[in-house]
Amino acid sequence: MNDVFAPPRDPDGLTSAEGVLAPLSTLHVGDRGVIVDVRAEARADDHGVGVEELQRRLLEFGFVEGARVEVLHEGAIRRDPIAVKLDDMRVALRRRDAVDVLVLLDRP
Amino acid sequence: MSEAVLPPARVALVGNPNSGKTALFNALTGSRQKVANYAGVTVERKEGQVVTPGGRTLSILDLPGTYSLRARSPDEAVTRDAVLGRLAGEQIPDVLVCVADATNLRLVLRLILELKQVGRPMVLALNMYDIAQRQGLRIDLEGLARELDCPIVTTVATRKRGIAELVAKVDELAAAGALASDGGWAAPDAGQIRQAHREAQRILKAYVRPPERPDTFTGKVDGVLLHPVGGLVILFALLFLMFQGVFTWAGPPADLIEQAMTALGSLIGQALPDGLLKSFLVDGVISGVGSVLVFLPQILILFFFIILLEDFGYMARAAFLMDRIMGGAGLHGRAFIPLLSSFACAIPGIMATRVIDNKRDRLTTILVAPLMTCSARIPVYTLIIAGFIPDTTVWGFLSLQGLVMFGLYAAGIAGALLVSLVIRKIFWRGAVEPFLMELPAYKAPDAENVTRNLLLRAKIFLTRAGTIIFPLMIAVWVLSTFPYPPPGATRPAIDYSFAGMLGHVFQPLLAPIGFNWQMTVALVPGFAAREVAVAALGTVYAIADTGTNGATLATTLAQHWSLATGLSFLAWYVFAPQCASTIGVVRRETNSWLWPMIMLGYMTALAYLAAFVTYQAARALGG
Repeated sequence: MNDVFAPPRDPDGLTSAEGVLAPLSTLHVGDRGVIVDVRAEARADDHGVGVEELQRRLLEFGFVEGARVEVLHEGAIRRDPIAVKLDDMRVALRRRDAVDVLVLLDRP
Repeated sequence: MSEAVLPPARVALVGNPNSGKTALFNALTGSRQKVANYAGVTVERKEGQVVTPGGRTLSILDLPGTYSLRARSPDEAVTRDAVLGRLAGEQIPDVLVCVADATNLRLVLRLILELKQVGRPMVLALNMYDIAQRQGLRIDLEGLARELDCPIVTTVATRKRGIAELVAKVDELAAAGALASDGGWAAPDAGQIRQAHREAQRILKAYVRPPERPDTFTGKVDGVLLHPVGGLVILFALLFLMFQGVFTWAGPPADLIEQAMTALGSLIGQALPDGLLKSFLVDGVISGVGSVLVFLPQILILFFFIILLEDFGYMARAAFLMDRIMGGAGLHGRAFIPLLSSFACAIPGIMATRVIDNKRDRLTTILVAPLMTCSARIPVYTLIIAGFIPDTTVWGFLSLQGLVMFGLYAAGIAGALLVSLVIRKIFWRGAVEPFLMELPAYKAPDAENVTRNLLLRAKIFLTRAGTIIFPLMIAVWVLSTFPYPPPGATRPAIDYSFAGMLGHVFQPLLAPIGFNWQMTVALVPGFAAREVAVAALGTVYAIADTGTNGATLATTLAQHWSLATGLSFLAWYVFAPQCASTIGVVRRETNSWLWPMIMLGYMTALAYLAAFVTYQAARALGG
């Protein structure tokens, strides 16, 4: 895919001693890692439901700290939505709803 | 031994979506199923019976699939309330059966922990156990049962394996009676969900050994079906095939039904003397029943495709592929299926919007669904196109008539997208509901389940649509029949009826869009069902046999109407709320008269506008 249209990678620029931290919303196909935090911080009006509610839904679907994620597929328009492998399940979600899922990427 | 009948027990099936819950329900109850609605809400209530070897009757309730008791949609709210015994008109279940996909236990374990808090006796049915074994997935059943403190039965619903054991376990729990604890459930917060996940993870680690041969098929198929470009191409090819199927295969059986109804009508017509009773039976009852039955082949074919794709696991992928495209018009990815169904008939389409969690997303979908060109518009389109559009080819290979037909479909789709955009940008601003959806592993559809679900859809359509369409047809018959024409009347009888009066009252209003009084009169019975307008036009133009000889009518119309009027009539039919059944279903699905009235208003306005622009433009261009 053309990277010109890619969302900015790692806007928070979090590089810890353990590796690169990035929101799930910015990952590319093939990126994998471990979820280290599921927050409730994005703007509420972006999701149609409150951020607290979004956080609970994400948690209920298995986006919890410690779960492994890998981005498998992305949509044709603006590379959205994304399909991820979450431990041994496959889940589809929109990038804008994945902003608060923080992933510690595996070292290449 | 006493011969006393054991007291019946109420059993509720709960589980994640895609856990094979419905297949298990079918395996348990066979054909002893009843479908209705829960009191006050429009969620489907499926109940069936099974008698245990001991003679206890188990009433089994198939609750909508959910990931949590914290409900997000009307369907999930029903599951929560039914489990907690809070649902009006429903008793608390004596035994819960939690249905789990044995190959995908992670999320269901959290649901089980939540269900444990409810404190009802529970059995865990590990379904699709054969797939788990094939994958080399090992589950320590005894350990897991001890840990969860609930009996476990392994089942293969599609092969009817484990069903007797499950019934026996449920029977045992029902005999033991309810546990003492009661309704200890409260909606968990984020911390509690995390805690439950950790607990589920611990249980999973302790009692389940990951598969030795994990499913790689799903990944490979997804590589093709979810390809950003290839996936969309395949989706549209599938849709094309589906429509070909709906329109070509449904033709012969639909014709057969129509002929049978006509034959029945003439049979009764010959047997009875002329008069009110004959008119009521032939024009009211039989044509009313016929207008419902004639859609059955199309609906069956459409649902056959939908159920097949659903069972295969493709529908979630279709929603994934379409989410962004639909999102551009402010619609949810899940609105795709309901809108697709609306091409056959808006009634099943509107009924299918239940899969959409959010109320506003759902209402938007309901409001625009009737703009999708349903099959009932086809007879009207065909008639007008045959009368007014020359049968020539464009650019050497495209049929002009076919092109106009395609244009009418496109206008409907464009109208739907436009209206939903207006709704979402002006009335209900803000983002659509989050899109979070499991992409289930692909599975071969089971022939018996597909058949059973198909029959169920047919039954639902016939009873629900039938009970609405039929009285409306009778009402329209009354309007078009009474009062009788005076003796020595020269004009067609309908012209003297209430429908005729209505037509004449509204005619000045419709003059700017080029409708004459005959057309206005035909719109009244046409409100019962769109295609009835064709027959009504035949009546007002006093043509004897319109049903079998459409060409005559088309020629007559071409003589009486200008081209501008013909085009205006087409434009009107693209948008007009010309179907009372749809209005009835919307009333049912939204539980209020507000939404059907809004739909009636906006669609009429849109139809008038479209017809006005078409008529005036065509006249200006000399049509």
